[in-house]
Amino acid sequence: MRRRILPGFGLSLGYALTYLGLIVLLPLVALAWKASGIGVGGMLHLLSSPRTLAALKLSFGGAILAAIINVCFGLLVAWVLVRYRFPGRRLFDALVDLPFALPTAVAGIALTALYAPNGWLGHWLKHYGIQIAYAPPGVILAMVFVGFPFVVRTLQPVLESLDRDVEEAAESLGASHAQTFFRVILPMLVPTLLTGFALALARAVGEYGSVIFIAGNIPMRSEIAPLLIVEKLEEFDYAGAAALGTVMLIASFALLILIAVLQRWSGRWAEQLQ
Amino acid sequence: MKKFLLMLGLLSALFAAAAPAKDVTLLNVSYDPTRELYRDINAAFVAQWKAQHGDAVTINMSHGGSGKQARSVVDGLPADVVTLALANDIDAVASRGLIAKDWQKRLPDNASPYTSTIVFLVRKGNPKSIKDWPDLIKPNIQVITPNPKTSGGARWNFLAAWGYALKQHGGNETKARAYVQALYQHVPVLDTGARGATNTFAQRGVGDVLVAWESEALLAQRELGKDTFDIVVPSISILAEPPVAVVDKNVDKHDTRAVAEAYVKFLYSPQAQAIEAKNFYRPRLSAVSAQFAAQFPKVNTFTINDVFGDWHQAQAKFFADGAIFDQIGPGH
Repeated sequence: MRRRILPGFGLSLGYALTYLGLIVLLPLVALAWKASGIGVGGMLHLLSSPRTLAALKLSFGGAILAAIINVCFGLLVAWVLVRYRFPGRRLFDALVDLPFALPTAVAGIALTALYAPNGWLGHWLKHYGIQIAYAPPGVILAMVFVGFPFVVRTLQPVLESLDRDVEEAAESLGASHAQTFFRVILPMLVPTLLTGFALALARAVGEYGSVIFIAGNIPMRSEIAPLLIVEKLEEFDYAGAAALGTVMLIASFALLILIAVLQRWSGRWAEQLQ
Repeated sequence: MKKFLLMLGLLSALFAAAAPAKDVTLLNVSYDPTRELYRDINAAFVAQWKAQHGDAVTINMSHGGSGKQARSVVDGLPADVVTLALANDIDAVASRGLIAKDWQKRLPDNASPYTSTIVFLVRKGNPKSIKDWPDLIKPNIQVITPNPKTSGGARWNFLAAWGYALKQHGGNETKARAYVQALYQHVPVLDTGARGATNTFAQRGVGDVLVAWESEALLAQRELGKDTFDIVVPSISILAEPPVAVVDKNVDKHDTRAVAEAYVKFLYSPQAQAIEAKNFYRPRLSAVSAQFAAQFPKVNTFTINDVFGDWHQAQAKFFADGAIFDQIGPGH
């Protein structure tokens, strides 16, 4: 056996697996067990309901869109925070974590107050016929808010360690700024961007607290899947709630695996480029 | 370490000394908008019990959505008393064997010491002149009411509208259904709870009319000023009867039955009825009602039992999965 640097490998592995099992796996097993009470017929009935499908579509579609927005603007913010020195940079850097710290209900209420038809921004947008609060764009806005720090915080260390020589070499070889960015820098960032995307996505899919205040919650239009779960609980339908939860979990898991595969693939691609 | 243990010992001795021999603690699990009400009720009851028996009672409160609170009690929240928004939620606790099945017969008036009714809250001066139920489905009227699937209070709103339409059309169910469906077409935001809906209407300025419990409407008027909203009482409405019950299994385990039963009976006493009226719930005692006549205009009301049989039937017919609300609610 190869000598390991740290002693007690067996012990720490055992501890890690037990911990993971207790904190993550056990609740999931309990969820699946509760969900099994619904049966195959019940599951099919649940999944074929147009309302369930509409809610799942909004939850996952909104989360994907929000994660894409976060990746674009998160990259911009991370770039500015890492590459430029300006007064107040530390303060802006601290602001990025705010969505982590704020209770989500508070975030939801604040966003709703801003974007409601009588809010600061809402009454102005109303003149242009744009409705954010109490409509699907509001759902996406709340999802962008809660997912934003994930992208910035995953990108920052990678941007800091990025080798500037490569950029300089590209420039000296006559590459334009755009070419340097898209053909040199971006490929190196893709794996990290995907990590940030996956984290922001996972956060947004499960978000309830803030979305519920701004969504409007109209079935078939602005109702998210977690709200349907709460509705099922209100009907004392534990099995139905758990089943819907399990469906969301499986879908999220499939998405995360897909992202992990893309990440490995893009990682190899970035290596080849270098 | 030794010092710490010593401190700990001293502290526990202090607590032991402070607690009198017959200290009783009750947990009252209630729904959201009763915070103010039970703060006053509890103070009055604690004083009365102390005067009559010399024992100190502490009453702890838990507030939340009515259905969620019922679920918590089912799942083991050690409530001695439940004071919820609808009988269906207490039935759910009873069906798990925690409360005797005949709980609603053990106290007067369907075990509801106080009542309320469903009214309309409109913007000052009633700019859209909303006077009665038919006005809610006129063009360009936006109605705010929470989701009856997640809010117990909102179920009363739904049933009030249904009951009105049924009476209006001589018991024709199809026409009642058409009216209620049209009504929910006018709902732009479906909040999950009654307070959320009040906020959407009052703070966010969404909608022309809020369908609300009279107690919530009066409270909103008091908190936000009489010059911002008017209350409109419709020609007919439902008698909302929020029920109370002693949780048998838990009081026997905690040995608190005597206090818990005295507590729920106290809710019917003239003193408590006046407190309930001050907190905008309609009292049952006619002497107290007469005193507060200015606050509570006369309303034509029907009860759940008059129109829908009982809560169990209403729940199954309208609010169960795939039932009428799912067929005609907003988005349809």
